[in-house]
Amino acid sequence: MFRAVIGLEVHLQLSTRTKMFSRCRADYFGEEPNTFTDPLTLGLPGTLPTINREAVELALMFGLALGCDVEGFTQFHRKNYFYPDAPKNYQISQYDRPIARDGHLMVGGRRIGIRRAHLEDDAGKLIHPTYADYSLLDLNRAGMPLIEMVTEPDLGTPEEAREFLHLVRAIAQALGVSDANPEEGKMRCDVNVSLHRPGEPFGTKVEVKNLNSFKSVQRSLEYEIARQTRVLEDGGRVTQDTMGWDEGGQRTFVMRTKEEESDYRYFPEPDLPPLVITPEWVERVRAAMPELPAAKERRLALAGLREADAFTVAYDVELSRFLDEAMTHGADAQKLANWLLGDVTGWLSERGTPLERSRLTPAHLAALVRLVDGAAITGKMAKDLLPEVMEGADPEVLVRERGLAVVTDTAEIEAAVARVVEANPAVVANIRAGNAKAVNALFGQVMRELGGKAKPELVRDLLGARVAVDG
Amino acid sequence: MFESATTLSAAVLRGERRPTDLVEEALSAAEARAHLGALISLVPDAREQAARVEARLAAGETPLLAGVPVVVKDNLNLRGSRTTCGSRILSSYVSPYTATVVRRLQDAGAVIVAKGNMDEFAMGSSNETSAFGPARNPWDVSRVPGGSSGGSAVAVAAGVVPLSLGSDTGGSIRQPAAMTGVYGFKPTYGRVSRYGLVAYASSLDQVGPFARTASDLALSLDAIVGPDDLDATSLDTAPRFREALARDVRGLRFAFVREALAGNTSGVDAAMARTREVLEGLGATVTEVSLPTLEYGVAAYYLVATPEASSNLARYDGMVYGSRAAGVREVNASMSATRGEGFGTEVKRRVLMGTYALSSGYYDAYYSKAMKVRRLVADDLARAFADADVLVTPTSPFPAFRIGERMDDPVAMYAADVDTVIANLAGIPAVSVPAGFETLDGRELPVGVQFLAPALADELLVSVAAAFEAATSGAFLREPPL
Repeated sequence: MFRAVIGLEVHLQLSTRTKMFSRCRADYFGEEPNTFTDPLTLGLPGTLPTINREAVELALMFGLALGCDVEGFTQFHRKNYFYPDAPKNYQISQYDRPIARDGHLMVGGRRIGIRRAHLEDDAGKLIHPTYADYSLLDLNRAGMPLIEMVTEPDLGTPEEAREFLHLVRAIAQALGVSDANPEEGKMRCDVNVSLHRPGEPFGTKVEVKNLNSFKSVQRSLEYEIARQTRVLEDGGRVTQDTMGWDEGGQRTFVMRTKEEESDYRYFPEPDLPPLVITPEWVERVRAAMPELPAAKERRLALAGLREADAFTVAYDVELSRFLDEAMTHGADAQKLANWLLGDVTGWLSERGTPLERSRLTPAHLAALVRLVDGAAITGKMAKDLLPEVMEGADPEVLVRERGLAVVTDTAEIEAAVARVVEANPAVVANIRAGNAKAVNALFGQVMRELGGKAKPELVRDLLGARVAVDG
Repeated sequence: MFESATTLSAAVLRGERRPTDLVEEALSAAEARAHLGALISLVPDAREQAARVEARLAAGETPLLAGVPVVVKDNLNLRGSRTTCGSRILSSYVSPYTATVVRRLQDAGAVIVAKGNMDEFAMGSSNETSAFGPARNPWDVSRVPGGSSGGSAVAVAAGVVPLSLGSDTGGSIRQPAAMTGVYGFKPTYGRVSRYGLVAYASSLDQVGPFARTASDLALSLDAIVGPDDLDATSLDTAPRFREALARDVRGLRFAFVREALAGNTSGVDAAMARTREVLEGLGATVTEVSLPTLEYGVAAYYLVATPEASSNLARYDGMVYGSRAAGVREVNASMSATRGEGFGTEVKRRVLMGTYALSSGYYDAYYSKAMKVRRLVADDLARAFADADVLVTPTSPFPAFRIGERMDDPVAMYAADVDTVIANLAGIPAVSVPAGFETLDGRELPVGVQFLAPALADELLVSVAAAFEAATSGAFLREPPL
């Protein structure tokens, strides 16, 4: 039986204010093509790169989060290739002196090695209008800072690869290093996969490039593993090709063969002196690092969250941001998580609204939990209020304005109980004859009498006492 | 105009001369000397620049180069002006921004009147590779002015302007300065910002001035040096050059580089001998030093410069700017045709050479080895500077050669750089000082001597140039027979 050996290359677009090597503004997303450029972005003659310190610090933070070695010399190299989306026809990247080296990430208890993470500038975007015999070029993205992270071939299954990417995204988002949003092209992935029999040397690897969703990473790996298995079982040999992923056909296709690989003619970027990362600089960055998902998971577990919920929340930047703020409003953590992961998530996903764009505030959710906890309203009432709270209503205001507060006045409940007991002698007799379940019919009537607003436990207690007393 | 920038700016500040008049004088001189091919284009707003300087003077400013007309090499960007680099591929390219060094000249009150002719992308030692035709030596128009900053040298030598800027990658300021009889200064790498200088070989390129007097050299250097946030390789500090003008050179130790004393023409030998006497007369110590790596300089230079050039020139593909080959639809074919049509022979030769040297399997044998030799040259120079304050060589082994004479023999052409490339490889400052004439075919041709100083000791070279000029009463600073 064959075993898969998988390695990943992940590109993350950094959340900097300006581009990697110039002062050109970086917040181009959704803007008109070619409006976020400057002489350097356009590759005009005579322009020079300068290193964006913010990008370096974000890369340091990311490297530290992955347990990488980040100290010492780091250097930029030019990667030369002709392509119209690269205005200089070279990319400023890193070669043998990447900013971060030798880290790891635990995935489901397994240690996945991080070989390196380096900084580089992004290319522009070619647009191929349908039925046109020309292409268009948008250079807004050109020069944006990227981290390219390369793993060791430590991943064993497509699911594990997907889980790894999920963790990487959570870390990048928690640190504010990158939006890591594949849909916006801010997280892109190449996969390397080969098959071998355990105990034998690694097989020939195939690279699948430009995967822009976690799903296509998983699907393309599944497809390649199946394809390579067939090739090997038929006695064939896997060729070292670079593949693309056909999203429509859900299959890989050959982009270029090994012979067509470019020679990038890397050499040290003469316009940038080597960058020395001092221990002091590293410590400053470390001190300013936001909480990592793993630490958050531990903290939430200590705050009383179930293990599974702590994991789910900690590795989702929006959920954890929301829960952390809701917890400051004095509501029980697990109960908040129950709402958040249950009804709230359900309501949002039905409507396709992400949490960060919903009108629900952490304070309102906390108020809802407190109202139920303090027995001011019932769980059922809270659920009924949820749709309005999701639309931005303050549950405390709703309860006050509509007089929804639970009846806890014992005298009022006792009066209702008395009325119901008197009106139903047959049922009472039935109960006293030993049919305990019959009490539910009376309970329902009492609740109706009180407009559903009575505290159920109180009603049960008083009803039980009354039926017994009269006996 | 053969008056110095020092004289002109002083007169302007006294109100005796007007910048708007000086710009007209420079423009008429440019027209009268058009046959020399010194200029690729006139700057469209030169007169407006002069008017703006006058407004600044009226507002009480006293800029250093008040109203001084200046030519800059056509690889320096000036907003709204063509920046061709002497190449067909950029023949109609108009820059939307200004180089830091050009802005500094303007901030100092200078008026940029024209862009100087040059070898295409600064690749050449004779100005003959320019797509706009050669510049001619004012001392003998059948001869080259040297290169690659030939046009900037000629503009100063022929009295079009008192000052100009060139760029020096392997000798491209000093060699034409020597061949046209003016001063040419290559600062320490990083002294002058490269932002806006179109790159030929980034780790070697440095901008510097041409001038007809040592004090103009100091004046222009004071205007252009200094740190620049836009150039990561620029140095944090700047010397004060004018203060160095009057500094005594008595007791300084000069060492003549033995390997550079052989293989020169008799006029160059004579200039070297005379220089030795002048220095001794100034009370300096003169010795000789051996620089065994000198002979490897040119080889190392071409294997450092051309790989960088192959990458630096990759951007000229006609996609976003510059000329694009007509009638080609497919993108790769278009880029190839554009570069095939747009680049001249020498540029293609160097791009191919550099691409080859960086290619997988050759990198170690060529680029990597050249970087090691570069290190050895720098070490060799450092050792020489342990016993000497200033090193002395000829700027060029020979005076100006005839147009066409070396064009078919690139290796002979490259040999013209033998004494100059070491300064670029080591990043140290060097100046070419007018030091004599050699008569060939009945025409007097200027000869230059090169002084080299350790990194960061730029101002020392200004002291030397000024002392040498004073000691020889400016005997070698003559107007060419126009």
